[in-house]
Amino acid sequence: MCSLDPCRQGAARAGVGTMLLAGYTAARAELGYNLPEPASLGARDIYDIHHLTTTVVAALLAIVVGVVGYSLYTHRKSRGFVADQTLHQGRFGRWSWVLIPVVVLGVDMTIAGKAEQVLESLWEVPKDKEMMEVKVTGHQWWWEYEYLDQDIRVESRYTPEEQSKELYLREVDNRLVLPTHTRIRFLHTSADVNHAFWVPEIGFKKDAIAGYITETWTVLDREGVYRGQCAELCGTWHARMPVVVEAVSAERFGAWVEEQKLKMAAATAEASSDRVRSMEELMEMGRNLYNKNCAACHQLDGKGLPPAFPPLIVGSAFSGGENMTKPLEERGFLKDGKIALGPVESHVDIVVNGIPGTSMQPWQQLNDLEIAAIVTYERNAFGNDSGEVIQPSDVGKARGAGAAASMQ
Amino acid sequence: MSSTTSTHGHESEHHHGPPHGWRRWLLSTNHKDIGTMYLVFAFIMLLLGGAMAMLIRAELFMPGIQLLQPDFYNNLVTNHALIMVFGAVMPAAAGMANWMLPMMIGAPDMALPRMNNMSFWFLVAGGVMLVLSMVVPFLPGGGTPVNTGWTLYPPLSIQVGMSMDFLIFTVHLLGISSILASINIIVTIMNCRAPGMTLMKMPIFVWSWLVTAFLLILIMPALAGAVTMLLFDRHFGTSFFNAAGGGDPVLFQHLFWFFGHPEVYVLLLPSMGIVAQIIPTFARKPLFGYGSTVGAMVTVGTIGMLVWAHHQYTIGMSLAAVTYFMIGTILISIPVGLLVFNFIATMWRGAMTFETPMLFAVSIILLFTFGGLTGVMLAVIPGDIQYHDSYFVVAHFHYALIPGALLGLYAGTFFWLPKWTGHMYDERLGKLFFWMVMVGFNLTFFPQHFLGLAGMPRRIVDYNVMFTEFNMLSTVGAFIFGAAHVVLLYVIVKCVRGGAAATDKVWEGAEGLEWTLPSPPPFHSFTTPPDVR
Amino acid sequence: MSQTPVRYYVPDPSPWPIIAVVSVFSILLGSALSINGLFPGMMFVIFGFALFAYLLFGWFGDIVRENMAGLYSEQVDSSFRQGMIWFIASEVFFFLTFFGALWYLRNVAADWLTGKGYLAGTHELLYNQFFSEWPRTGPGVKEEFTPMGAWGVPALNTVILLSSGATLTWAHWGLKAENRSLLVRGLVATIGLGLLFVVLQAWEYQEAYQHLNLTLKSGVYGSTFYLLTGFHGLHVTLGAIMLAAILGRSLKGHFTPRNHFAFEAVAWYWHFVDVVWLGLFIFVYMM
Ligand code: HEA
Ligand code: HEA
Ligand code: CUA
Ligand SMILES: [Cu+2]
Repeated sequence: MCSLDPCRQGAARAGVGTMLLAGYTAARAELGYNLPEPASLGARDIYDIHHLTTTVVAALLAIVVGVVGYSLYTHRKSRGFVADQTLHQGRFGRWSWVLIPVVVLGVDMTIAGKAEQVLESLWEVPKDKEMMEVKVTGHQWWWEYEYLDQDIRVESRYTPEEQSKELYLREVDNRLVLPTHTRIRFLHTSADVNHAFWVPEIGFKKDAIAGYITETWTVLDREGVYRGQCAELCGTWHARMPVVVEAVSAERFGAWVEEQKLKMAAATAEASSDRVRSMEELMEMGRNLYNKNCAACHQLDGKGLPPAFPPLIVGSAFSGGENMTKPLEERGFLKDGKIALGPVESHVDIVVNGIPGTSMQPWQQLNDLEIAAIVTYERNAFGNDSGEVIQPSDVGKARGAGAAASMQ
Repeated sequence: MSSTTSTHGHESEHHHGPPHGWRRWLLSTNHKDIGTMYLVFAFIMLLLGGAMAMLIRAELFMPGIQLLQPDFYNNLVTNHALIMVFGAVMPAAAGMANWMLPMMIGAPDMALPRMNNMSFWFLVAGGVMLVLSMVVPFLPGGGTPVNTGWTLYPPLSIQVGMSMDFLIFTVHLLGISSILASINIIVTIMNCRAPGMTLMKMPIFVWSWLVTAFLLILIMPALAGAVTMLLFDRHFGTSFFNAAGGGDPVLFQHLFWFFGHPEVYVLLLPSMGIVAQIIPTFARKPLFGYGSTVGAMVTVGTIGMLVWAHHQYTIGMSLAAVTYFMIGTILISIPVGLLVFNFIATMWRGAMTFETPMLFAVSIILLFTFGGLTGVMLAVIPGDIQYHDSYFVVAHFHYALIPGALLGLYAGTFFWLPKWTGHMYDERLGKLFFWMVMVGFNLTFFPQHFLGLAGMPRRIVDYNVMFTEFNMLSTVGAFIFGAAHVVLLYVIVKCVRGGAAATDKVWEGAEGLEWTLPSPPPFHSFTTPPDVR
Repeated sequence: MSQTPVRYYVPDPSPWPIIAVVSVFSILLGSALSINGLFPGMMFVIFGFALFAYLLFGWFGDIVRENMAGLYSEQVDSSFRQGMIWFIASEVFFFLTFFGALWYLRNVAADWLTGKGYLAGTHELLYNQFFSEWPRTGPGVKEEFTPMGAWGVPALNTVILLSSGATLTWAHWGLKAENRSLLVRGLVATIGLGLLFVVLQAWEYQEAYQHLNLTLKSGVYGSTFYLLTGFHGLHVTLGAIMLAAILGRSLKGHFTPRNHFAFEAVAWYWHFVDVVWLGLFIFVYMM
């Protein structure tokens, strides 16, 4: 039936199809179309797998498009083609149900085989090897990085558009600084809902699951700044959890560590000095800390997001789940459906030890001064003006008390 | 209900004309009327879910937050998905099953007509509950809207306000609806076939629904159970999904995807069944490999039950576990590949003409294959730990869902409209719709692959400028796609209102019992069973 | 045409389906409102249940009448049977979900929290103070509790349910042998045992809350315990109600040795509930 020229025509069509796909794969190789240039050993393997599968897929699609295209052109009634009623009875017809699966299985297994090799090399964290450990904790909506060996803590938050300009949603205030050519073990967890740590250049994505630790590891082999975002829906500001990794040489990393240590030392010294603070000083400091740590849930204006996040404005109505309202009543912050100003001790206690079973997490990591500032701010801002000034020393006491309470 | 008792079956032809007024619909026990209600409901939901999609795309047209607050955005994403899956695609497929199954197997009606009506109205109740869950957050003290995505993962879904409870009960209602409908379909197929209509003589569409119905009975209870536990965690202090109490948030993910993955084949199979009816008709040549097509569908269903965790590669599973799920998932390409092959082989050396249903069928072969192939890319774990929860996934599943499910239903609509209404639809407008869909659909979702690879996560209301170009393309495409549906609406209304009378056979190459009945068919399809021996 | 008997009976339009939907909808709507402490909730729930009761009488009434009027061919009968079988199948999967959850929590999650298996790091970094064997709460739960023993009430309940299965079969014999009194006595015994079971279950919950301090809040053990036994109890209650309906019909003498689908359907359901209990007894109480 198939006279020569339609055959060539069909072939031509198939060719066009293939070229389109070739073009498409080529396009992917360019930046912005494809995975970015890897910066770690694992990422390179992943990149190769990605290209393998992409090519296989492109080829298979080309075949399908080609065959269908040819058939569409040739086997039409309008061209007087008469249907071949016996095709499915021929040997091919009777055995294709074996043939096709075998072929497909072949392709499948080649892909799976390659993938399996890669998995074996990078999936499990090698337990025997010496590793630098970084604990990555997701919060709504910021990242906390703890360098377990160097005991350094870094809080990393998105920077508003005014500052980050065209890097908005891809830039943070404090980056995750990591040394190259070092085995790094990441321990992922979450303080509230699930998040996911994702930096394409480093090659992996790992969920941060509330109450569990998931592990990954990598070896960065290229210095540079690599940007990613939180990749698990985590509520209102899921879009505002960039991850920015800065890979530096081992030396520069050492220097950075020292620097951080000094900073922290200074801060703690400042905090523990029993100098009496003025209202203004605490309010100023408190506002910054509040906006940074608390505003995400309780909002800048203290109105909160009921029922999950209660308002902090005395007298404003609040109703929510048992788990939230009950503890508040016990601590005297909720009286017949309205927010009240409870005693300082329990206020500090809530901030320091959190409210178990709710999304109010313990803020242990803040030092006495910072707590004092935040509590002072909360008790005087939003028109609460209680006039009370809380000193770091007061916090020290309450902290002890709170700890004692949670012991029982 | 004395009338019920007075009715004697064999007199039915005489006084069994359609009852009149609202009772005909509200109290219906007729498979065609119920089918029609399903289809109308589905179309309304399509417009609703689509309108939400339009809002989503409009918001994503440019960087920055222009139209939607973050929580409301994610609420739209959630409901867009739920409405499209449970409100548009499944009901449309069920509607076609209602209309066609009895005619195809030579039965007067569905096996359990009253339950049939009940499943439909449970669906409507579910729709109402869903709308309520969208509305409550706007009422004073209503709390935050459901901003979790259709996967409803805890702990986030525990934080949500009371609209979550409405959504949980929505799921229960939808679950009851689909389970009852599936029972009815299975029983009808098993029990009401005309003499001589052996299982292996059934039209493929019937087979596709048989497999689908079994899947639904297996998976719906899992979803219902999961959301029930969620309800308990939210209100009664249990700790299924809370590590503090010894639970695990990931447990919910396992349960959800144990439902969720087979669910995608629930969406796929009926449409594949439709394609398997259409291609032989317009290639004027019997389906290539009937047996293997049936086998493939059964296999898809079976393997589909065993590979759910490919949606959770990043939660931290042992190497053994992920390897199993990876290989299992990739293997699904075998039966599905066989389906695709059989379709192509049916076209091969046929005498094809290209009316609208056939155009859709062909486009489905090409586009769904692409969607499926990107699925295999996702199944390969090293790749997926990059692609996961990025727009690459969004691209994949729209390429799978829209050709694999929605376009199949469009094809079925054009294929059967003449039979249902007794009028031919407007072929020129039909083709116009088809081409608008092709342009709109591909323009919307093809660029999203690149967005994903470039690092754009899903479910974000605001994005960095580097993602702008592709998002603009995508949004433009989406509006073309949307506008196409206005044409569709017009074509359908026009066809229902009137048009050239359709013959019984409608299509030159049509085969099967349903084409032996007049168009439109009598109120009760086959009051005396045809003999097909 | 009208000579050839129709193989199949298509009922007239019926109000019951829509009524069923309305009742279930208002039950759920009511619950959604009342768990959030909103006033009209309970009203909806009560209305819903009332409507449902009315519905049961109405709908079954119709079916009985149609059945008596001999409208149901062999085929309709077997449609009902198959329908029931698949309904029970879906119920089975509903319970399997919960058993699956139990398994996962006891084995997979438990290992990670206590430092075994793939996510052992969880224990290492977060809960290195937390060691425990099943029956287990969680690292965050302070209160102690005593697990529910298997050999007290639960064992008794097992005996009760199993023998109720026996009495039901006994009644079935009676039905087949056209021995009405045996049928009725069998049914009465079965219903009695069923109710006894429910009462004991309730009493057991009492105990658990008051003396064992075992509550919904006692970690995953409490959670799974109440979820599984609770839903099972619910099904027993349902089954007992259906049995009562069957008893009523038996007294009216509706069933013949050949035609008694309703009886068998309920019997199947009851045996299903039995089997689920055995599962519970083994996996929830004994292991
Ligand atoms: C109709 C719906 C539908 C269908 C049919 C499919 C089909 C498939 N899907 Fe898809 N999928 C979804 C709907 C669907 N999916 C949805 C909605 C999601 C996202 C859910 C969410 O997170 O919100 C998703 C997500 C999803 C993921 C998770 C991604 C992630 O979140 O990280 C994965 C991973 O494995 C996957 C894989 C597959 C595979 C392997 C198939 C296979 O069945 C495809 C088989 C078909 C082919 C392979 C093409 C034809 C075959 C040939 C031409 C033969 C030759 C082929 C080879 C040799 C490979 N899908
Ligand atoms: C069968 C299922 C189905 C269907 C048909 C669609 C159809 C569409 N979907 Fe959707 N989608 C999902 C299932 C589906 N989707 C799922 C499961 C998710 C995941 C949700 C989650 O992450 O939890 C998702 C998520 C999803 C996203 C990702 C959101 C995010 O992650 O932030 C986007 C974004 O572009 C999108 C777009 C679209 C568009 C443009 C269409 C179009 O095809 C719609 C076309 C139809 C219409 C437009 C309606 C008809 C026309 C009118 C109503 C007239 C008015 C129209 C105009 C004003 C022009 N969908
Ligand atoms: Cu954190 Cu998304
Ligand atoms: Cu899947």
